[in-house]
Amino acid sequence: MLRFVLRRVIATPLLLLGVATVAFFLSQMTKGDPLSAIVPERQMNNPEVVAAAKQKWGLDKSLPERYALYIGNLVQGDLGTSFSTRRPVSADLADRLPATFELVLAAMSFATLFGITLGVVAARYRDRAADYLARMFALIGSSLPVFWSGLLLLFVFSVQLGWLPGPGRLDARSVAPPGITGLYTIDALLAGNLPLFVEALHHLLLPAVVLGWSVVGVIVRLVRSSLLEVLGQDYIRTARAKGAGEKRVMLHHALRNALIPTLTIIGFSFAYLITGAVLTETVFSWPGIGSYAVSSARSLDFPAIIGVTLVGSLAFLLANLATDLAYALANPRVKLQ
Amino acid sequence: MTVLDPTPLIDIRDLRVTFNTPRGPAEAICGVDLSLKPGEVLGIVGESGSGKSVAMMALMHLLPPSATITGSVTFHGRELVGAPRAEMDRLRGAKIGMIFQDPLTAFNPVLTVGAQIVEALRLHDAALSKRAAWDRAVELLAEVAIPQPDRRAAQYPHEFSGGMRQRAMIAMAIANRPELLIADEPTTALDVTVQAQIMDVLHKLREERGIGLILITHDLGVVAGAADRIAVMYSGRIVEQGTVDDVFYASRHPYTRGLIAALPRLDGGDGPLTAIEGTPPSLFNRPRGCAFRPRCPVALAPCGEDVPPLRRAGVVESACWRAADLAEVPV
Repeated sequence: MLRFVLRRVIATPLLLLGVATVAFFLSQMTKGDPLSAIVPERQMNNPEVVAAAKQKWGLDKSLPERYALYIGNLVQGDLGTSFSTRRPVSADLADRLPATFELVLAAMSFATLFGITLGVVAARYRDRAADYLARMFALIGSSLPVFWSGLLLLFVFSVQLGWLPGPGRLDARSVAPPGITGLYTIDALLAGNLPLFVEALHHLLLPAVVLGWSVVGVIVRLVRSSLLEVLGQDYIRTARAKGAGEKRVMLHHALRNALIPTLTIIGFSFAYLITGAVLTETVFSWPGIGSYAVSSARSLDFPAIIGVTLVGSLAFLLANLATDLAYALANPRVKLQ
Repeated sequence: MTVLDPTPLIDIRDLRVTFNTPRGPAEAICGVDLSLKPGEVLGIVGESGSGKSVAMMALMHLLPPSATITGSVTFHGRELVGAPRAEMDRLRGAKIGMIFQDPLTAFNPVLTVGAQIVEALRLHDAALSKRAAWDRAVELLAEVAIPQPDRRAAQYPHEFSGGMRQRAMIAMAIANRPELLIADEPTTALDVTVQAQIMDVLHKLREERGIGLILITHDLGVVAGAADRIAVMYSGRIVEQGTVDDVFYASRHPYTRGLIAALPRLDGGDGPLTAIEGTPPSLFNRPRGCAFRPRCPVALAPCGEDVPPLRRAGVVESACWRAADLAEVPV
């Protein structure tokens, strides 16, 4: 077990190096000129300004030279400087990652809780009204585009009913809690500021539901189908033969087995949403990784693009590791080596 | 042998099971009568699809909802057909234990063997502490001759060998000292040497506890040594029943005789084993009259008219129109 984790942890930087290399060369192959992001348009005709900018950002060097420089800096933890924000990419990411992490964590909690519950309901009342309703709810979440469902929910709950606040992580006049974890809800609690915690939670609610809802569908379908499969197994019959009631058969015997394949999809979705929450972050003005990725792609901000790519890859690697560990924990037949 | 109580432990009258299938209704059991006295061992023999397992699943309420069950099954005089789920939950695993053919798939793979026995115990005795239940589970494993029971209890089913798993399954089924144990092909998935060990465990249970046992098998050899009585099933009906010796030596049914002839023997007979030609009829398309007629070596034209009833024929009960004529032909 420990050796398994250790080996994975050792392999991670190597894999990231590979990802960085691919991302670096892919970015060099684009037709766009990053100078347009650096030099103001009026100055583009001024050869001196252009040459100076090229020299400053290292764009005058040859490709291998630039690659060596980038990787050299990367190993030292330097992701370069963003062309557009003029700040170290690592600082930008450190600012934005906690926001996304908080959002995805909340969204996945919602999705997991609802997905499993509805999946159990759907399987228990197979082909009856509750099954159709549960699957319908899940299907709506998967098929409605987030920019539409997000705006709709904002309109209803924030504008019309006034129950929930508008976009953003906090009210406009509020000051962020001292950054320990970067998750406003947790930091507010750590600071003992209960009203701020409630405020942050209110702001988190809608985007988390919108984002989580898009994943609920996959989880419901998977839980439902694997439950139905498990319910046909011999050991379910054994459980009934020893006098277990239907609730116990479902939750104690069937669900435990049915959740094993579900772990994979939960782990995968978590990693995917780290960089895939773009639309939700845009609709709710959430200052996370997704919106950063979009703005850097627009301005051909290569260091930022590669930085985001690395964060996404790291999320997948870690989520995979966590999934494997959870898998081994849930299924005694799996031995990690 | 223990003195037999005259009132039956379980009494099955005109049990019928019909499955609703996309191809229409399929009658898997067409009127079965059986009874078992306390402490008695009954072997139910038949090919796959003869309905022997379905009949037992029906009385245990373990069939899918697509099955319709009619007739009567009384256990200690209590009617089980149509009994509510809560009543069945109190009965199953407490008064009636059941063991299944494949002990690997019959155990939940993500729970330890000990935990599953503990569950069986605590489901029927809410006052039993976890600690005490665990100790009892270890005792039960020891009782079915599992070595190092305390270590084994903490292991998962896949860490057990096949024979060991079946012993553990028996330990779980007898955890609450049931009066009736239904064993559905308990040795089929096991090696021959292990089969004998399992039969030994079942035999001891019967000797020491006077447990009533219904042994379902397709192997006449298995029941020969273990049962008091045999009921032979074919296509949803009992075609012959009697004591083991009577059925083996004075069978009046060509199907039973075919099964006996197909048994390998240690004493004499160098000739090839005789197989019964053909296959059992489909549930959707049973032949008119006797269901065994198409495969029967002694069938006559009238056999295709009515279903033969189970009647006394010599020392056994047989459902064959030619039972009287078969008296002349030695088994």
